[in-house]
Amino acid sequence: MMMNPSLKNLSKISSGTIIEGKWHHNRYTIIKQLGFGANGIVYLARHDSKQVALKMSDNGMSVTSEVNVLKAFAKVQGSALGPSLLDVDDWETSEGKVSFYVMEFIKGPDFLSFLKQKGPDWTGVMVLQLLADLQLLHDNGWVFGDLKPENLIVTGPPARIRCIDVGGTTMQGRSIKEFTEYFDRGYWGLGSRKAEPRYDLFAVAMIMINTAFPQRFTKKSGGLEEIMEKVKQSPELTRYEKIISYALSGKFLSANEMRMEIIQVHLPDAPSRSNRQQKTAKQPPFPRQPARSPVKKAKSSTSVQTRKQFNKGKKKFAALETITIILVISLMYFFYIYSQIT
Amino acid sequence: MKTGTIRQILLITDGCSNQGEDPIAMAALAKEQGITVNVIGVMEHDVIDEQGMKEIEGLAMAGGGVSQIVYAQQLSQTVQMVTRKAMTQTLQGVVNKEIQQILGGGRTVEDLPPEQRGEVMEVIDELGETVELDVLILVDTSASMKQKLPTVKEALLDLSLSLNARSGDNHFSVFVFPGKRKDVEKLLDWTPKLESLTSIFAKLTTGGITPTGPALREALPYFDKKRSLRSFLNRDDESFFEESV
Ligand SMILES: Nc1ncnc2c1ncn2[C@@H]1O[C@H](COP(=O)(O)OP(=O)(O)O)[C@@H](O)[C@H]1O
Ligand SMILES: [Mg+2]
Repeated sequence: MMMNPSLKNLSKISSGTIIEGKWHHNRYTIIKQLGFGANGIVYLARHDSKQVALKMSDNGMSVTSEVNVLKAFAKVQGSALGPSLLDVDDWETSEGKVSFYVMEFIKGPDFLSFLKQKGPDWTGVMVLQLLADLQLLHDNGWVFGDLKPENLIVTGPPARIRCIDVGGTTMQGRSIKEFTEYFDRGYWGLGSRKAEPRYDLFAVAMIMINTAFPQRFTKKSGGLEEIMEKVKQSPELTRYEKIISYALSGKFLSANEMRMEIIQVHLPDAPSRSNRQQKTAKQPPFPRQPARSPVKKAKSSTSVQTRKQFNKGKKKFAALETITIILVISLMYFFYIYSQIT
Repeated sequence: MKTGTIRQILLITDGCSNQGEDPIAMAALAKEQGITVNVIGVMEHDVIDEQGMKEIEGLAMAGGGVSQIVYAQQLSQTVQMVTRKAMTQTLQGVVNKEIQQILGGGRTVEDLPPEQRGEVMEVIDELGETVELDVLILVDTSASMKQKLPTVKEALLDLSLSLNARSGDNHFSVFVFPGKRKDVEKLLDWTPKLESLTSIFAKLTTGGITPTGPALREALPYFDKKRSLRSFLNRDDESFFEESV
């Protein structure tokens, strides 16, 4: 293999350094380091008076591989899956060649810092946003892979979650490229490392758990019971208990399915409020139904209606109220999506 | 492009060989036979052994593979990463050969403009998913490894989980050194799954010296044993990554 400057040296680039690409001749002035991980180092840099994020690696192939994913994401219409790609090039230093790519700078705290600042009221909202993005990502044949709080940034206001680091992003059906043990279903003995939507949904559940256990408890022998025991200890997670258990055991077939159940939990009349115990006891398991798109408001509200009637029987008044609320939320969501597209 | 078999040795040690041939020379010998040597150095939390570290890096460099120092806790993740990285590296070597034939002048993937590199990477990704992979795992069971063995076992089971998510075939075999009577001892013959490791590992004892060099040398012929058996069974198995990287 060719000798490239080591990762250690790459992490020492001082502010003011100008990085000029060999192929496209764009010039980037380093401002500061944003972070680093197993694959490379990310710097904040200036280009044409705009701030950008520049990721370099001692491994040229990992740069190429991530760029491939970002290029594929760029083809997905009306979405912001991952940071947008701005440039790919090589930087020639006295020690050798370094591959780098330049992307949109996503400004904001990482997921856990954001929640620490804002409190647990925001967990649900953020997870809903994340699941909407994942649905789109899955619809386009990908699995995010290395999903964890460090790879999620919350920008805004208005608060909007964004995935960064596509190093683990894998085509569905292949083997997961990169993962982090705590968020990996294989590590917990709860599934394979084949890239499929449910792999990401497992990680989403672990991210929810991580918000209540910032220290990330260690694995003993693995398995669902062990994780759920922890979940039961946290009052913040009580309302999501069933959803987490479903996601961990691979029972949600799509991100949309999981999303719908989280919306349920946040409804005013949700079981998490009044006399929760009694109701959960009677509640049937989540209905097995095909994935619904949140935009198709008519369809989703009817299925919710069925469900409500099933649960409550005669409480028609409450049901009517709920339907109205869902309709309003769906409409708002519809306009939100609409405004994102245009 | 015809895909053959990728052959790797995965050496798990804490460094510091102390007997027999120079292990780095043995790693170079493996490379000459088209076998890459990857090394994972397992360290205690506070002990960073300079000399052990140097040996670990030297072994991987001579063996055309990848090395990584790791604290026992993150072993599983690291074993997957190293194996995957080494596989990509080997495939890149193979693809580079083809590219050199087309472009001439000793040019490689890295010399292509970034746009074209992407297409090559797609080919490598595809190959990495489908290629047949033989991994000979060589575990240091000298006295200093005693505390680390349970984690090593976990990491190996985990590796089989990762690799079996690929669509290509995998074969694993496991050796430990020092062996009871010889420098190296076979624990598990070529098999597509590592599950049976759990019971074998439970009976494993640690102790003795660290003959890394001899262990590498003696492990090498086992790749050919597998090959000859298989070509005996079906005689269409040719094309190996003999001179890759
Ligand atoms: N586009 C970006 N905008 C802002 N910060 C970023 C961006 N990309 C990466 N970072 C920061 O750099 C860190 C490391 O980047 P990441 O791509 O995750 O590297 P690795 O693949 O090595 O884990 C991230 O955790 C994040 O803090
Ligand atoms: Mg990262």
